[in-house]
Amino acid sequence: MDKNVDYSKYAVVMKGITKRFPGVLANDRVDLFVKKGEIHAIVGENGAGKTTLMSQLYGLIKPDDGKIYINGVEAQINDPNDAISAKIGMVHQHFMLVDRLSVVENIVLGQEPVRGPFFALNRARKEIKDLSKKFGLIVDPDSIIEDMPVGMQQRVEIIKVLYRGAEILVLDEPTAVLTPQETNELFEVLKSLKSQGKTIIFITHKLNEVMAITESVTVMRLGKVTGVVKTSQTSSKELANMMVGREVLLTVEKNSAHPGDEILQVKDLVVKENRGIEAVRGLSLNVRSGEIVGIAGVAGNGQTELTEAMTGLRKVESGKIIFKGQDITGFSPKKRREMGMGHIPEDRLKHGLIKTFPIYYNFILGEHDDPKFSDGVFLKIEDIRKFSENLVKRFDVRPPKIDLLGMNLSGGNQQKVIVAREIAFDPALMIVSQPTRGLDVGAIEFIHKTLISMRDKGIGILLISMELEEIFSLSDRILTIYEGQIMGEVRPENTTTEEVGLMMAGHRLEDLHQEA
Amino acid sequence: MNEWIQAIINVFTNPTFYKSTLTQSTPLILAALGGVFSETTGVVNIALEGIMLMGAFGGVMGSYFTGNPWYGLALGTFFGVAMAALHAWASIKYGADQIISGTALILLAQGITGFALVELFGQPGSTDLVRSIPLVDLGSFKQVPFVGVIFGNLSPFVYIAFASVAFGWILIYKTKLGLRMRSVGNNPEAADTLGVNVYNVRYFGVIMSGFFAALGGAYLSIGELGQFTTNMTNGRGFIALAAMIIGNWNPVGAMSASLLFGGATAFNNQLQSQSVLNLSTNTQYIFGMIPYIITLIVVGGLIGKSRAPSADGVPYIKE
Amino acid sequence: MKDWKKYILNEKVIISLISVLISLVVAAVVMLIIGKNPLVAYAALFYGAFGTKEAIIDNLMKTSPLILTGLAVGFGFRAGLFNIGANGQVIIGALLAAYMGTMVASYPFYLSIPLVMIAGMVGGALWAAIAGWLKAYRGAHEVITTIMLNYVATFIANYVVNGPFQAPGGVPKSPAIAYSAQFPNIMSVGATSLSTIIFVSLAAIVVIYVIIQKTTIGYEVKAVGFNPYAAEYGGISIGKNVVLAMAISGALAGLAGTTQVVGVYGRYFGALGGSMGFDGITIALIGQNDPIGIGLAAFLISSIRTGSNQMQIAGVPKDMVTIIQGIIIFLVATNRIIKTLKVRKRKEVVEV
Repeated sequence: MDKNVDYSKYAVVMKGITKRFPGVLANDRVDLFVKKGEIHAIVGENGAGKTTLMSQLYGLIKPDDGKIYINGVEAQINDPNDAISAKIGMVHQHFMLVDRLSVVENIVLGQEPVRGPFFALNRARKEIKDLSKKFGLIVDPDSIIEDMPVGMQQRVEIIKVLYRGAEILVLDEPTAVLTPQETNELFEVLKSLKSQGKTIIFITHKLNEVMAITESVTVMRLGKVTGVVKTSQTSSKELANMMVGREVLLTVEKNSAHPGDEILQVKDLVVKENRGIEAVRGLSLNVRSGEIVGIAGVAGNGQTELTEAMTGLRKVESGKIIFKGQDITGFSPKKRREMGMGHIPEDRLKHGLIKTFPIYYNFILGEHDDPKFSDGVFLKIEDIRKFSENLVKRFDVRPPKIDLLGMNLSGGNQQKVIVAREIAFDPALMIVSQPTRGLDVGAIEFIHKTLISMRDKGIGILLISMELEEIFSLSDRILTIYEGQIMGEVRPENTTTEEVGLMMAGHRLEDLHQEA
Repeated sequence: MNEWIQAIINVFTNPTFYKSTLTQSTPLILAALGGVFSETTGVVNIALEGIMLMGAFGGVMGSYFTGNPWYGLALGTFFGVAMAALHAWASIKYGADQIISGTALILLAQGITGFALVELFGQPGSTDLVRSIPLVDLGSFKQVPFVGVIFGNLSPFVYIAFASVAFGWILIYKTKLGLRMRSVGNNPEAADTLGVNVYNVRYFGVIMSGFFAALGGAYLSIGELGQFTTNMTNGRGFIALAAMIIGNWNPVGAMSASLLFGGATAFNNQLQSQSVLNLSTNTQYIFGMIPYIITLIVVGGLIGKSRAPSADGVPYIKE
Repeated sequence: MKDWKKYILNEKVIISLISVLISLVVAAVVMLIIGKNPLVAYAALFYGAFGTKEAIIDNLMKTSPLILTGLAVGFGFRAGLFNIGANGQVIIGALLAAYMGTMVASYPFYLSIPLVMIAGMVGGALWAAIAGWLKAYRGAHEVITTIMLNYVATFIANYVVNGPFQAPGGVPKSPAIAYSAQFPNIMSVGATSLSTIIFVSLAAIVVIYVIIQKTTIGYEVKAVGFNPYAAEYGGISIGKNVVLAMAISGALAGLAGTTQVVGVYGRYFGALGGSMGFDGITIALIGQNDPIGIGLAAFLISSIRTGSNQMQIAGVPKDMVTIIQGIIIFLVATNRIIKTLKVRKRKEVVEV
């Protein structure tokens, strides 16, 4: 430890942390100071290096350079065990729960109480009941994780950390999967933890949450710290500037829409999710050509199932999907494509691209048996290559080499390939899911502009996004989904984020208006 | 029709059928338990067949050189553990495709046993007769009608098999190590974040699978026969794999399925010898395929449902 | 020229070559341990495979079905399927081909030969398609189902050639097929004959190469193999392609069985499948699922197998061949071991 610096009032100090991944400098000499007993936010866009930083604090990955001090003492954290013994606990963005095991089994895993050679289940159960009472986190210790709702699973994660005696809690994007109500409950829990002397590090990119609950903030951008401020002395706007490095364009340049005929109509749609529970419950909506209809909502409210039902990947229990005046409810994905339904999927690496195919093969995915590219038996390789060279130029895919494999492109360029492909086959309707997730600001702008220009060419667009800002800046109409139903339809110019937020939490628009 | 009913009654009232069911099931139970151990921790082990073969050969080899079948058993299980360790090393450390690695081990076992057979005993086909593990003689209990015939003179392997199932079930469901095994097989990342050493737990599971599968193999050679013959496991490792799946990756379930398969074989053998039916020899093949067809029906989800551990067969590679 | 170099000298080819090399070295060490001179043994092996006209003919005749089972397994791999059941498909294909062969005595060869070959391919295709269907629509893993189907096929074959479809005497076998359905020999030396079936196998390499590289079927099968989710999003039916890929794979294995019926035995004979299925796995892995690579790998494995008799006479049991195959597969499976070796070597070079 430096002789002249006293870190003892800090629960966590990370000094000069540097971490390289192949091709990326994920953390570049990052400093982090977290006082004992405070709630400290780390904010930044996707890819800013927040999770990487915390993974090093928790010993999941090792820093290339830099030092960590816990309660003023330099700590060697080589693996999660070291972190646990330093009383650090982490709640990961993707829950680290074993689905098939019970709550008790998940919580005590790694630190199981034993009686002789056996695992002492009853003692574990009692300890957990005591813990949940103490911190107001009520769960049934014998439930199996896969049968529990997401909010409950998160509670299990927090108890898991407390069970290990954590004094320092790291929460990675804890609200991403929660409704506003669940978020409020979480905040109450965090405040109560704080009042019992725990230190909390809270990773997020939602600035209103930072303003609501934290005391100080570290802002990161592209692997570097761009600001450290007290929450009381800053504003969302200032934080946003530090996050993106320039004024945020809250609105995309666009003219008003000129919607044409109705091309998509969904009537009383019911769709089940994998476990057989109804995820879409009697939903109706329509899309006209030349307009963007945005679907706002918290993740997990039936968006995925709705998209899959519309593109033909999931069975429809009841209700109808009418496209261009034709009932397509039972049509295959292929038939729907042929009729002019394009799709930008939510998970581009899983659904949008074939990583081990060259770019020119990826450009014809879904169109490979079109007469342009195939004579029915053989592929017209030369034509496919010419077509691909063209698209690469038009959409500025970099590097512009069509023989490169999909996996050798950056996320933004992969998304460009998908968007280019979907536009190139001249669709009448485009189902767009989370089009900018994980992209950098430049790529986001490009995608947004492309979607607007598609709209202006008369394509109908159904935009499903968890980013409220994106919904507001692109949509001509906004529908809010909650538990598989539409809570209400509003126009962005006549509503507020608060109103949509309330609908996202399950309030119907007509109820809101009655109350007002 | 009447003669069929008569023949089936004959089989089921004959204690030999029940004894035969036990002895036919024993190697399957042990190998299937081995499969459960490996796959519970998330490593697919289709090499059970090869491991059994090595266990069988090691048993005879040890007994041949020392004159003591128990040393044979030790050598057989050592061979099995060594094979499993190789599979574990490839699958866990190098993230190998576990099915390809398993295929390689099956071939290696066939090659090594065939090679060593010629080198040590001078001719292909079968080894000399060696001393086998003595049966458990219950003395005057043998005189008790029916059950005396079944249990009076069984190989200790039969008792070991059932004891191993109890041991396996308690270990997996009632101990801290078992909890870790199940967690590592379903979500290794989660276990890792809690400080559970995923690799060590998986090594343990795979090596135990080698131990039990080799025990099952050793039973075939030094359990009763006292001889090794080329490829003597004859697909039992694959049947054990099927029993593990039908038993839903649970030691007791795997044991039940093994008993079912063992019973089917015993039934087939007994039925062939029923003179009232006067069966032509090729009907044995019709009955012989029954266990395999049952397995196809079960894995096809046409009856019942079995569910593998979520991370079964998926290598866990940090970073 | 540059493309040619890329094709020959890519990482995959190097991994295959190193795997084969290491396995031969390990085998040599084992020979030294048992007190045999590996050079003598390998010389005997080489002589056994290439030393005489009979040896070469025997070698080519062994290569022929191995190309087909290698292609069968390799095509499955392309679709992300592990067809461990080529043996069963060989058996069912051969049985059906033999049965058809006994029915076509009154037809001219230009009808009877295609009929027999179609019967064999359809037999293998249907047998494999069972596993494909169970995978695509019932979620059953093809490794388990094809293993089970292997045993069922073996039992069926044993049943019929010991009963309803049996020729009298000696080894269990079926009646002989019609003369018009048999492939002519190119040449005979002593008791060994080189049959024209070798051309069937060579043609299959070309056909499969074209299917994989140039056709929409190949595109769809590869898409499903690499990323079924994305394929489905692109309107490609996973179920249809899984069944189709298994059927094509099975048809190739069935054809392998057929070649033995029409070109070697003239009937269904004994345990006709032998180790062809497992050999197919080795060959597909060494050949890196590339049709031309598979052709070369089949020739390699066949040479080792053909030569092993001479090696046994020289004092090294022929089971050594199976050990060599096991080591090769193990090394290909753990190719990261070889990659690690390569990285270390590169680092050393840098340090020097």
